Amino acid sequence: MNAKRADKIATAIIDVVAGIIVLILASLLGYILFRGVPQISWHFLTSPAKAFEKGGGIAYQLFNSFYLLFLSMLISVPIALGAGIYLSEYARKNWITEVVRTSIEILSSLPSVVVGLFGFLIFVLQWHLGFSILSGALALTVFNLPLLTRNVEDALHQVAFTQREAGLALGLSRWETVTRVVIPEALPGIISGMVLGAGRVFGEAAALIYTAGQSAPALDFTNWNPMSISSPLSPFRPAETLAVHIWKINSEGIQPDAAAVSAGASAVLIIVVLLFNFGARYLGKLLHKKMTAA
Amino acid sequence: MQNDEIRKALQKTSRATRTERMGKIISFSCIALIVVVVAAIFWFVASRGIATFTENGVNLWQFLSKTAWAPGTTDASGVPKTGALPMIVGSFGVTFLSALIATPFAIGAALFMTEIAPKRGGKILQPVIDLLVGIPSVVYGFVGLTVVVPAIRHIFGGTGFGILAGMFVLFVMILPTVTSMTIEAIKAVPRRYREASLALGATRWQTIYKVVLRAATPGIMTGIVFGMARAFGEALAVQMVIGNAALMPHNLISPASTLTSVLTSGIGNTVMGSLENNALWSLALLLLLMSLAFNLIVRWIGKRGEMK
Repeated sequence: MNAKRADKIATAIIDVVAGIIVLILASLLGYILFRGVPQISWHFLTSPAKAFEKGGGIAYQLFNSFYLLFLSMLISVPIALGAGIYLSEYARKNWITEVVRTSIEILSSLPSVVVGLFGFLIFVLQWHLGFSILSGALALTVFNLPLLTRNVEDALHQVAFTQREAGLALGLSRWETVTRVVIPEALPGIISGMVLGAGRVFGEAAALIYTAGQSAPALDFTNWNPMSISSPLSPFRPAETLAVHIWKINSEGIQPDAAAVSAGASAVLIIVVLLFNFGARYLGKLLHKKMTAA
Repeated sequence: MQNDEIRKALQKTSRATRTERMGKIISFSCIALIVVVVAAIFWFVASRGIATFTENGVNLWQFLSKTAWAPGTTDASGVPKTGALPMIVGSFGVTFLSALIATPFAIGAALFMTEIAPKRGGKILQPVIDLLVGIPSVVYGFVGLTVVVPAIRHIFGGTGFGILAGMFVLFVMILPTVTSMTIEAIKAVPRRYREASLALGATRWQTIYKVVLRAATPGIMTGIVFGMARAFGEALAVQMVIGNAALMPHNLISPASTLTSVLTSGIGNTVMGSLENNALWSLALLLLLMSLAFNLIVRWIGKRGEMK
């Protein structure tokens, strides 16, 4: 009965492996939240970072992260929609489509540090944007586009072909069929993919350290003129994000409470990313319920 | 007169045709933009990276095989010290080692979720994998810095920074990638294979080991290569725990460096166009080419897997 015994042993080993993975995640999350959550307070979230003393907060970094996320989604979502529509509705099976698909694949597997360096070379130096939110948003767009595009394409593919036939039979052009029939049907999938992409962008740092910069100049939250450099809305100011901040204080920080600040910032980062992940699922379900007869 | 107007109206392109044309142009320009961006990345990084060899006259072979990295200084014979081998060894070291540990874990987890306990697996393990993907890399780096590095220092001595610490951090980072692709590969094995094997009297493990895993091998290999590509390109998490010393690693716990770690810490401290800067761009080019190579390997495996 050797085979049966081997079967039992193998099953036990697989169970143990699965258990270890659950344990790794549990201890990882537990560690960050256990160490980080006690650091989080209203003061921590709303006061600026300090370079040399204790008690710095993450106010500017948190704001920068969200603003950068907003700007990069503003640029990348329309492009991803267009590209996804082309791939799913118009692309024929020929060498051009092959080239396009290959480039998207390559772009999605490029290390984010290479994307960051490209952004540094083109946006920061060549286009004279300097270390700025705009450079960072453009770099994040490059980083995020392949995944968003693939997500849009997949969501459009999920829509039954009969829907398109119905639209065409009513005399709509293909473009109208796509925008009026197919996209509304695919919207829940598209939106949950976008929110997931947003979570990925929110935690990204390597593409940002040489594009959005590593400093967070003081912001004047009463100045809402986007052209003024101290305005929070200015896209031309350097903006260290939360993820970059964590990296920065851990690799060259000299704050006496660097570990505490990075623990708190990590916890905030994780909580936001988790909210994005759960939000994506919830929003997708909700929209699906609202917008379809199902 | 009236006929002319009717004819005109009929022959004019309709509104629908115009929107159709416009839509096609818009969506095609989005796609074209992506292709242009990819081409631009290759063009600019390559033209910068090649400058080390064309403008500064560094020998390509010496760049890849020498071990002294200090591009600002020259050695006894006046040749700049641009030996990138320590970084290449570091990058490949952490990549292969992390893939080596991640693979059995990924296969185990995937088997648990597909063959052993699909229901429980889908409920517990799937969210775990999803969450692991979502955790940002700087957080992995921070945990590595505050947990893994001190632990290694405590157990093995030394500073704790090094390839071993990088390996642990990358192992957790690439685990979800490899696992989810392995799950897909195993799920794609037709049910009748399992039924045939079980009908022959094989146990579940025999079926898994002799049938399912064999049939899923190309897919699993693809997952491993994807994980390796991710590990190879990961920058900040590795940079935080590897020690950042551009030296040949003597062992797994001596401070080392990878292509990405030297890039992130160096590119801001050098002047554009100088040899130090060009040498860093050459490392970036190497990174780019490796990512391309991983892509080609994935394609090659896919093609070979198809034929069966």
